[in-house]
Amino acid sequence: MIINHPILGPRDAQEFVYLGDASLMSRPDGMTAGIEAFHDYLYNRDNPAGAHRELWYHEQGDRSWLVVTRNTVTHEILKVEMARDVARAGGRSK
Amino acid sequence: MRYSGFRVIAEALTGHKGWKPIWRDPAPQASYDYIIVGGGGHGLATAYYLAKEFKQARIAVLEKGYLGGGNVGRNTTIIRSNYLLEGNEPFYEFSLKLWEGLEQDFNYNAMVSQRGIINLIHTDAQRDAFTRRGNGMILNGADAEMLNRDQVRAMYPFLNFDNARFPIKGALMQRRGGTVRHDAVAWGYARGADMRGVDLIQNCEVTGMRIENGRILGVETSRGFIGAKKVGVAVAGSSSEVMAHAGMRLPIESHVLQAFVSEGLKPFIDGVMTFGAGHFYVSQSDKGGLVFGGDIDGYNSYAQRGNLPVIEDVAEGGMALMPAIGRARLLRTWGGIMDMSMDGSPIIDKTHIEGLYFNGGWCYGGFKATPASGWCFAHLLAKDEPHKTATAYRFDRFLKGLMIDEKGQGAQPNLH
Repeated sequence: MIINHPILGPRDAQEFVYLGDASLMSRPDGMTAGIEAFHDYLYNRDNPAGAHRELWYHEQGDRSWLVVTRNTVTHEILKVEMARDVARAGGRSK
Repeated sequence: MRYSGFRVIAEALTGHKGWKPIWRDPAPQASYDYIIVGGGGHGLATAYYLAKEFKQARIAVLEKGYLGGGNVGRNTTIIRSNYLLEGNEPFYEFSLKLWEGLEQDFNYNAMVSQRGIINLIHTDAQRDAFTRRGNGMILNGADAEMLNRDQVRAMYPFLNFDNARFPIKGALMQRRGGTVRHDAVAWGYARGADMRGVDLIQNCEVTGMRIENGRILGVETSRGFIGAKKVGVAVAGSSSEVMAHAGMRLPIESHVLQAFVSEGLKPFIDGVMTFGAGHFYVSQSDKGGLVFGGDIDGYNSYAQRGNLPVIEDVAEGGMALMPAIGRARLLRTWGGIMDMSMDGSPIIDKTHIEGLYFNGGWCYGGFKATPASGWCFAHLLAKDEPHKTATAYRFDRFLKGLMIDEKGQGAQPNLH
């Protein structure tokens, strides 16, 4: 698989470390969310067959986190964004 | 039809005209007492034990494709019970005991071959860990033996004992471990279930679940609605997709695991060998091919095929362990979809929906578990309480902090 890095261009997926579903970026607030919400966040996954938004870390590159939208049935990569931009678009400050 | 040596001779003398198809191809009825979703090893074993051991009737197995076309036909055929933790080892030892009597039980040749499995040791720390695991196995009624370097050398003299990074210092051996003809397991269970009146319905995909007032009434399928009092789902890699029909999110990610077969070679590996440090394990089939595998690719996948970097990684592991395979050619590679759970251990449990039961999260250890998984799931379906060896395989263990994490990796499925 080739991941088209927004800054560095096409890079081999071997340079990256895979974390999982991009929803892991939005961790519940520890002061207000209950244990059930944390359980769902930590353990449960949508795990779709088809388009999947997921976190890849460019460890052997520029150490950036990417949100990659990939089809889990065909391995086709549909979209690559900087995780930072996705987080900011979602209202996070950094 | 009962199989026996006598029967083979009789058929040979009469032109093999007496062999019949070993299961029917029935159309689905309007309703059943039990529906098992998934006609793979675990689903067929569940139906078999439900009919045979728990004396239940009106059972159907629904299979999207053909029987045994999923992971039971795509694995590396190894059986063993060399686990450490209390929640796991009694279950896997129960499974190994069922393997030992399986062929007589279902009257089918599954080529169960207890040729022994060794886990190689490279460091003192690893020897300590394996000694502990071996003791855990023995405490649960399994067999375990520590081998020193010379004992391993006597068995497999061609290994790279003096590898600079991972010299071989010994091994943990389970002599009762081994291999089984994997397709025959599915066929044997299918035949045994069919003989006891179970309807095995192929080309029948579950497309929805009819649930009213917190109770399941049946499943929508590509061949129409089929009613059921109880529905058990055992669909391995497709667990999340099927359980989504009931609105459930599971502690599971689907990952692809690749396996490999070399060209046929003369016999030189008697048993099963695992090289954990290099993510490589190997056995030799009766046809002579080396059957080997390594790690999962590491990203979510439903593709049943992996990518080249893992093939390279596995081949490097093989070369590090036994340089002699460098001249063997790779014949085939394939991939299976693993339902990787968050602690590396399976789930056999009721759901919050009455009448809906789930069996999954087997990661890449599902094949060896097939008999016990079927037995325990049948027990749960018939009696509404878990079998005594499967009490820990609950959904709520993640909420309660009772994970069964053999590797101690935490909620990171691609590391288990």
